[in-house]
Amino acid sequence: MKQIVVISGKGGTGKTMLLSSFAALAKNKVLVDCDVDASNLHLMLDPKRLKKELFFGGKKAHINKNKCVSCGLCKKLCRYGAITEDLKIDEFLCEGCGFCKEACEYSAIEMKDNLSGEWYVSSSKYGPFVHARLRPAEESSGKLIARIKQEAKDIAIRDGLDYILADGPPGIGCPVMASLTGADTALIVTEPTLSGMHDMERATEITEHFKIPSKVVINKSDINPDNTKSIEAACEKKGIEVIGRIPFSESIVRSLVARTPPILGDSADIKQAICEIWEKIQ
Amino acid sequence: MIVSIASGKGGTGKTTVAVNLAALLGDVQFLDCDVEEPNAHIFLKPSIGKTDLATVLFPYFDKTKCVFCGKCSGACQYNAIAVLPANIAFFEHMCHGCGVCTYVCPEGAVTEREKEIGRILSGSAGKINFIGGRMNSGEILSAMLIKTMKELIDPSRTVLIDAPPGTSCQFVSAVHGSDYCILVSEPTPFGVNDFLLAAEALEKLKIPYGLVLNRADIGNDEIRDICARKNIRILMEIPFDMEIARLYSVGEMFLEKMPQYKEKFKAMFEIISEITKK
Repeated sequence: MKQIVVISGKGGTGKTMLLSSFAALAKNKVLVDCDVDASNLHLMLDPKRLKKELFFGGKKAHINKNKCVSCGLCKKLCRYGAITEDLKIDEFLCEGCGFCKEACEYSAIEMKDNLSGEWYVSSSKYGPFVHARLRPAEESSGKLIARIKQEAKDIAIRDGLDYILADGPPGIGCPVMASLTGADTALIVTEPTLSGMHDMERATEITEHFKIPSKVVINKSDINPDNTKSIEAACEKKGIEVIGRIPFSESIVRSLVARTPPILGDSADIKQAICEIWEKIQ
Repeated sequence: MIVSIASGKGGTGKTTVAVNLAALLGDVQFLDCDVEEPNAHIFLKPSIGKTDLATVLFPYFDKTKCVFCGKCSGACQYNAIAVLPANIAFFEHMCHGCGVCTYVCPEGAVTEREKEIGRILSGSAGKINFIGGRMNSGEILSAMLIKTMKELIDPSRTVLIDAPPGTSCQFVSAVHGSDYCILVSEPTPFGVNDFLLAAEALEKLKIPYGLVLNRADIGNDEIRDICARKNIRILMEIPFDMEIARLYSVGEMFLEKMPQYKEKFKAMFEIISEITKK
């Protein structure tokens, strides 16, 4: 079983476009969307939900006003600025550490489980699909990602599947690290803009840090050929193979609007470019 | 006035809108709070006068004083400490630096040391006061870095915050306390989906917001219909333009080369100023 995770550093470079195309190409796979706070892969797969589970990611502090004597110790100790001037919990800043509860001499604070999202196992025309929805403005996305990846792995083992194909989140922080855990290959999708190049550089620092073999795809490769060359040179220096270049194409936009993987779209060039990438990554 | 620029989905044009607005207004404080993948400096090209280390306090366990009572591991909500009959193990990457273990230790065996999580660059680009955060790779505490950066906000000025993508904790840290949030999206199914998630988060946070529709002529009208139905203001539309894409690719601000857009940006900022005055 091989686990392939698509990441990018910079958002909007084409992760989901590419992963959904792999979904249409690959045989014997389970799909998983690790971008749990702004997930998009479901839009391309038209999933039928088979199972839904609630996800409690952590706890939040609650102050019992009947017991509170307004001493302000909790506010002084909280390192997240989560206790307001009038001694209320700002639930958006509370990290659920429980320091306030431990410190309160009047037992006025209790920690309550916090429903931070839900996750699903679905069927799709391209195979089983595990995905999630973090409730907006919630935390613990790393834990939720770890949970759905475990589910995808269980399905892959149960059904004897060859691939786990994971769509990753942007950035290089906790959700990306959770997505990369256990990956056999990280596929980094970049674009020939200074921002895309800068962010790819940071993304490769993460894959190197976790010693995950990575490969690069340059999307919209023709919008700045000089920058595309610079990316190729930078990758060669790092010993990272550039396994594909996808030109800018309105055909991809049309596919996304029609919610179909671009590999099934109307451009032969795009089809060929993506097929070659899939051949090389297998 | 604090205005944040966010999006839900990545790559819709947050930084493009933020840096061009900053350049147009001139006298602003600009915070690049996308600390995982900061890009605003590529366009604003600030001269950096000062680099500060951003640190959090992390526990240090003195095994000669520890009696292995397990109070610290009992209090830790992140499973970062394991206490065995005659040993103690600390998993640094799980630690959120909250300090509860130090507080509950009856033996004084847990002290704290500063740990670097990233850097904060301060400088200027013309009249713009630039503050950029840069998280160290392999770190998870981006929300703490953003919080430290925001302590540098000068409330007497117009403050623009370039937020990270997504709708979770880092996004919340960046936009929390803003008077207004500009959401940037595009008229594709991905753009619509993520715009609605970000809008839901802002409604929870009670931050007023409007939409900048970028690459407005690709895709379909779904996002416009939703905005009309939900009474969400569309602040500005920017069409897809290869010249804007090309200027972006080389790190240039398109407003300088394409002044026909200046009036649109000015009008947008006037609308926001009006709304936040109320």
